[in-house]
Amino acid sequence: MNTLIAVLVGVLFGAGIFLMMSRTPVKLIIGLVFLSNAINLLIFDAAGLTRGIPPIIATGAETMAGSSADPLPQALILTAIVISFGVLAFALVLFNRTFKSLTARDLNELKATDT
Amino acid sequence: MISTAVISGFALALFAPAIHRFKPAWSGGIFALLPLSLFVFFFSCISEISGGVEIVESVSWAPQVGAAFSFYLDGLSLVFALLITGLGTLIIFYSGGYLHGHPNLGRFYTYMLGFMASMLGLVLASNVISLFIFWELTSLSSYFLIGFDHHRESARSAALQALLVTGIGGLALLAGLIMLGLAGGSQEIYQLLGQEDIIRSHPLFVPMLILVLAGAFTKSAQVPFHFWLPSAMEGPAPVSAYLHSATMVKAGVYLVLRLSPVFAGSAAWHTSLALFGGVTMITGAWLAIVQTDMKKLLAYTTVNGLGMLVFLTGIGTPLALQAAVVFLIAHALYKGSLFLSAGVVDHETGSRNVRELRGLYRRLPLITIAAVLAGMSMAGLPPLVGFIGKELIYESVLSAPGPGQLAAAAALLANALLLAATGVLLLRPFFRRSTAETDSDSGHRVSIDLWLGPVVPAAAGLALGLLPGLLSGTLVSSAATAVAAKHVEVHLSLWHGITPMLVLSLVTVAFGCALYVAYISKESLVDRWRWLGSAGPDRWYAVGLEALKALAHWQTRLLQSGHLHHYVLTIVLTTVILTAVTMIRLKGFLIPSTDLDVRAYELFIVILMILAALVAVRAKSRLSAIVAMGVIGYGIALIFVDFGAPDLAMTQFIIETMTVILFVLVIYRLPRYRSISGRGSRLFNGVVATASGVLMTCLVLVAHGVREGSRLSEYFATNSLLLAHGRNVVNVIIVDFRGMDTLGEITVLSLAGIGVYALLKLRPHAGIKGEKKQSATSELEQESTDN
Repeated sequence: MNTLIAVLVGVLFGAGIFLMMSRTPVKLIIGLVFLSNAINLLIFDAAGLTRGIPPIIATGAETMAGSSADPLPQALILTAIVISFGVLAFALVLFNRTFKSLTARDLNELKATDT
Repeated sequence: MISTAVISGFALALFAPAIHRFKPAWSGGIFALLPLSLFVFFFSCISEISGGVEIVESVSWAPQVGAAFSFYLDGLSLVFALLITGLGTLIIFYSGGYLHGHPNLGRFYTYMLGFMASMLGLVLASNVISLFIFWELTSLSSYFLIGFDHHRESARSAALQALLVTGIGGLALLAGLIMLGLAGGSQEIYQLLGQEDIIRSHPLFVPMLILVLAGAFTKSAQVPFHFWLPSAMEGPAPVSAYLHSATMVKAGVYLVLRLSPVFAGSAAWHTSLALFGGVTMITGAWLAIVQTDMKKLLAYTTVNGLGMLVFLTGIGTPLALQAAVVFLIAHALYKGSLFLSAGVVDHETGSRNVRELRGLYRRLPLITIAAVLAGMSMAGLPPLVGFIGKELIYESVLSAPGPGQLAAAAALLANALLLAATGVLLLRPFFRRSTAETDSDSGHRVSIDLWLGPVVPAAAGLALGLLPGLLSGTLVSSAATAVAAKHVEVHLSLWHGITPMLVLSLVTVAFGCALYVAYISKESLVDRWRWLGSAGPDRWYAVGLEALKALAHWQTRLLQSGHLHHYVLTIVLTTVILTAVTMIRLKGFLIPSTDLDVRAYELFIVILMILAALVAVRAKSRLSAIVAMGVIGYGIALIFVDFGAPDLAMTQFIIETMTVILFVLVIYRLPRYRSISGRGSRLFNGVVATASGVLMTCLVLVAHGVREGSRLSEYFATNSLLLAHGRNVVNVIIVDFRGMDTLGEITVLSLAGIGVYALLKLRPHAGIKGEKKQSATSELEQESTDN
C-alpha cells in the first residue's frame, strides 16, 4: 500500500504543479489545494502506515498499544490541514479582490506593483 | 593598554556630536586631547621598544576560526602609531578652525575619530582577521570623510569610488590573509613572521602573494589603481591632509612592510613591488606637474611618495628598508603640512589654483614659512629630513641588487619631477608679485587653530633634519629591524662628504630646476598632458561600473519577470534538477522492497483519486474542477480512516466541505476557465509537472527505506495518559505537549481571518469610479455567460 500511496502523492504533486503554472487564477488556487493535499499525504505515508488501530489508549490500559498508528505525523498533519485552509481562504479572497479591482483574467497581466 | 588606546578612539567618536553641541567653540581642542594623550603614551614607549621589547595583547573573540582581537607593538607599528596620533592631534585641532560653524561639524569629529581609531587598530593589530576588520573600517570611515560635503554629486561619487576600489582590494586581502594563516599555521602575524620558509614553499604562495598585493596596491593607490586618490580630494582639507599623509593610503605601505619578512626572498615579491612602485612614483610626479589645483597636485605627489615607498620595500635591502622608514616619516610630515597649508590658502583666498594665486607671502607669512619648509623637504633639499631620506634612497638604489642603474635612473627622474612639482606649487603662488588689488589686505592674521597644523610638522621636519640623531638610534633602527627581520644599525647625518649620493642629489636639483624652467616657458604644452589624469584607469572604472549596473539590471529582469508562472517554473525546475542530480550522483535512488499489500477498496479509492486528478487537470469548466478537487479531498479522508487516523479524517471531511462551499461561493465572481497558455507552453509545463511528480514518488519510496523509530512518538505514547491525562494521543499532543505550537497556529488562522474580512470589506477608493463600473459590468457578463 505504501507504494500505491507514493504513486498517488506523485500524481497529486504533478497535477498541483501543472495547475499552478497555469495563467488562469482559479486553476492556480485549485493547484494550491492539490499541493497541500499531496504534502499531507506525503507526511502520512513517509511516516509509515498502520492499518486499523488509531493512537488511542484503551480503557484500563496506561500506555498505547504497540501496534497502534504513529500519533506524531497525525498531529503534524492535523495542524497542516487547518493552516492550509487558512492560506486557501486568504488566497481565494485575494484573487477575488484583485479581479474586482483590476479585471485581470490572465495572471500575466498582473505584472506591475501600481495599478 | 594598547587595546584601550584603540577602543578609546571609537568610544569618543560615539559621543563626539553630543560633546560638540555642548561646547562648539572649543570642541576641536577638546577632541585633540585624545590623540595628544595617545601620542604621549606611544612616545613613552619608544625607549622600551627600541630596546627590543615587543608588546603583545590579546582578547579572545572567535577562537573556533582563530580570530582574536590581539594587538602587537613593535618598532614598525610604533612609527605608524606616532604619525597617526601626532598628525591626528594637529589635524583635529585644525578642523575646528577650518570647518568653524559647519552645521555637521559634530558628525565630522565622529568620522575623524573613528577613522583615527580604525587606523590605529590596523597598524597595531596582530591577528590577521582583526587586521582585516580594521582595514575595512578605515575604508568605511574614509567613505564618510571624503563624502562629507554630501550635497555635491562629485563628492559622493568620489567617496563611492574610494570605497569600491579599496573595498574590492580589501576582499582580495582577506582571501590572501586567510591563505597566509593556513600556510603558516597561525592567524597571529608575529607568529607568522618566523614561518617564512614554510610559507614560501606552500603551494598557495603565489595566489596568496597576488591577493595580498592587490589589497595593498588598491589601498596605497599604486598604478593602475591610483585614480581614486586624486578624486578623494573632494573631501575637506583636513581629511585630505590626514588620509594622504599618515593614514589611509599608508595602510597598504604598512602592510607590505609588515609582511616583508614573510615574503622577502621570493623574486616575485621583489620584482612586482619594485616594478609597480617604480611606475607609480614616476606617473605620480609627472601627473603632479600638470595639475593646476593645489590639492590635486599634492594628491599626485602623494601617489609619487607611495610609489617610492613600495619601490624601496621592493628593493628590500636593509639599507632600502631604512630609507623607506625615514622617507615615510619625512613624507608624513611634509605632506601633512602642505595639505593643511593649501587648506588655509583656500580658506583665506577662496582659490587653490596655482596659476591664479600670487603674492601669498604677504598675506599669509606664517603659512608661507611652513609651506616653504615642507616644500623643501618634499623637494629633498638640505637641511630638512626629506634630504636625508633622499640621500638614503640614492644610497640604497646604488647598492641594490639587480639592475641598479635602472633603479637609480627611475629614482632620479621621480625626484627631479617632484622638485619641479614643488616649484609649481610654491614659487609663483607664494612669491610672484601680486597685482595691486590684492595688496590691500596684506598681513592677514590667521587664527592659531589654522596655523598650528601646518607649522608644527614643517618645524618637526626641520628639527629632524638638523638633528637626525633624534631618529636614528631609536625609532628608525627598531622599525627597520622589524621590517628586515634582522638587526639594522642606523646612522643618519646631513653631511657625508662628497659621495655618489651627493652627486646624484646635485644632478636631481639641476634637472628639476631645468624641468621647472621648461614648465614656466611652455605652459600650454604642459596643459596638453592633463588629459592623462582622467584617461586610463579612471575611465575603465566608469565603464566597469556602468557594465556592472547593466548586468544587474539584465539579470534582475531575467529572474524577476513579473510573471507568476515563471517564478513557479523556476522554483520547481531548480528543485527537481538539483535534487535529481544529487540523488543520482550519490546513488540515492535505492528503492527498498515494494509493499503491494493492497486491498480492493483501497485500490478503488486510489484509482478514483488519480482519475479525479486527471479530470481536474483537463477540466474545461470551473465546476468540474471543483468536483474533482472534492473527490480527492474526501478520498484522502477515507485513506485516513483506513490507516488509523480518525481525527485526521474528521478534520479533513470538515475542511474539505468548507473548501468546496467557499469555492462555490466565490467561484462565480472569478473569471471563468479559459485556456490562455499556448499548446507548446502547456506541453512544457506538463513535462515539468510530470518530472516533479515522478521525483516526489521516488523520494517517498526512498523515504520508506530510511525510516527509523521515532523516540518522540514513543514518549508521547507512554506519557499521554500518565502526564497529560488524555487517552487520545493525537489530541494530547496538539493541546498539551505542543500547546504553544497550536496557539501559534490559532494566531495564524485568526490573522488570515482578519485578512479575509478586510479584503471583503475593502472598497476601492472613490477616485476610480469608472473602473468600478467596468468591473461590475464584466462581472455581470461573467454570470450571464457562465454555465
